[in-house]
Amino acid sequence: MLTNITMGQYYPVDSPVHRLDPRTKLILTIAFIVGIFLVSNFSGYALVLGFLYFVARTAKIPFKMLMRGIRPLRMILIITFLLNLFFTPGEQVLVSFWVIRITAEAVRQAVFYSLRLVFLVLGTSLLTLTTSPVALSDALEILMGPLKKIHFPAHELAMMMTIALRFIPTLLDETDKIMKAQMARGADFESGNLISRAKAMVPLLVPLFVSAFRRAGDLAMAMESRCYRGGEGRTRFRVLKITRNDWIAAGITAAFLALIILSGKVLP
Amino acid sequence: MDDRQIRISAEDVSYTYDGADSPALTRVRAEIREGEFVAVLGHNGSGKSTLAKLMNALYLPTEGRMLVCSFDTAEEASVWEVRRRAGMIFQNPDNQIVATVVKEDVAFGLENLGVPTDEMIPRVESALAAVRMSAYADAAPHMLSGGQKQRVGVAGILAMEPAILIADEATAMLDPSGRKEVLETVKNLNRHKGITVVWITHFMEEAAQADRIIVISDGRAAMEGTPREVFPQIEKMREMHLDVPRMTGLAAELREAGMPVDQSVLTVEEMVEEVKRLCPLKSGT
Repeated sequence: MLTNITMGQYYPVDSPVHRLDPRTKLILTIAFIVGIFLVSNFSGYALVLGFLYFVARTAKIPFKMLMRGIRPLRMILIITFLLNLFFTPGEQVLVSFWVIRITAEAVRQAVFYSLRLVFLVLGTSLLTLTTSPVALSDALEILMGPLKKIHFPAHELAMMMTIALRFIPTLLDETDKIMKAQMARGADFESGNLISRAKAMVPLLVPLFVSAFRRAGDLAMAMESRCYRGGEGRTRFRVLKITRNDWIAAGITAAFLALIILSGKVLP
Repeated sequence: MDDRQIRISAEDVSYTYDGADSPALTRVRAEIREGEFVAVLGHNGSGKSTLAKLMNALYLPTEGRMLVCSFDTAEEASVWEVRRRAGMIFQNPDNQIVATVVKEDVAFGLENLGVPTDEMIPRVESALAAVRMSAYADAAPHMLSGGQKQRVGVAGILAMEPAILIADEATAMLDPSGRKEVLETVKNLNRHKGITVVWITHFMEEAAQADRIIVISDGRAAMEGTPREVFPQIEKMREMHLDVPRMTGLAAELREAGMPVDQSVLTVEEMVEEVKRLCPLKSGT
């Protein structure tokens, strides 16, 4: 059964970081990303690493969980590294054969940009590991609230996200059921080359789509009958509250940013 | 006559779906009073679900008037008044749960009504308690059984404190034990909270438990009365492709065979009593 899937990569433990207001975490993550782009030397990265280690420890996130976020990016990482390695011009040639020339500057730059990517992913992973998707969509709705004035559908987007999250397990269950039904009638989803496997997905996707649309129609009707009429005049069951911890977290992040800027000026 | 307030009044309501040749409902006239438990019975495609959706202003009558708590559903201004007074449970338990946590789904209607958060929390708690789902307040909906999901749906309606609960084949997709648990929950609310219930169904055994039955056939209100008045008319029911409760059928067969069994028997228990009455045991056997 597919009922035990976890939502996204949320790692549900109780920690001071988990308890932070999702809005705080979202804003501080953006600040962290800006911070990474301000780093201009490796001593700055030492600071970033120290900061990440501190946050991960406080959030009780195991090192392995954190690293899992990098895996899907390994191809991009390798490509970034190689492109920088081969195509950065420089003076100090380390290796040179045929058309390939690797310089000391290129090695430095390749390592530098790869690390930047790794830290970006680790930082944002910390946000998604410690914040449930629902809390995240709440935060997005509130933070994007002011954009409603220019007709940006903040509430609608958040509602769509919640509904999508609600229906992922339901649709997964259904996929499982349809797959078994088609397999019982001789469908083969596993063998053959890429094209024949893609073709085998058609009898799975068509019923799934049809049922998803039927569900959407049903749900719209159920929502209307429960007086749903958009975000206007709606109150919230879940209230977000800024606490003292949020200010402390903001303070720590601000100190981190200041140190980064300072390190760029002072340290080599 | 009956001096209870009229909750729902269908005044010669007709409804034709867009692009359909013949109407789904034709001049249906019905009255449902405060505190009643009314079953609307009909086979597939009879128009009973259409009638339910008309009662919730999801559809508007093509002809005639539908009044819910004296609000005309056709008036745009009264649509939300109708919907907050007449809550509706649908057939598919999965497709009516919006939130990812049970208690948040129960709060969904309240959020829509603009109820302040402080007031919401006790209302959600008491609604969950009323359907005996308090233990699952923090559960994810997809982990619940069909019957439990429907009870969460009922709680979501209940939190809005409606006068009427409309169940549109709420048990059709459930297993027998889930069916029983949902019907018991709703019957309880009807009895103890005085909520008027409109129970749309094609299960005879469920209709037999109602105060009153309205039989819909081919878009018309074909019969009306208490279960004991409706079900003994076996011939008429069969003409409308409807069965009768098993015991009522058995009673009719026994009568044909020459046993003077009461025609209005509905349940196994009543049948046992009838048989005991007709063939008393001699002492010692």
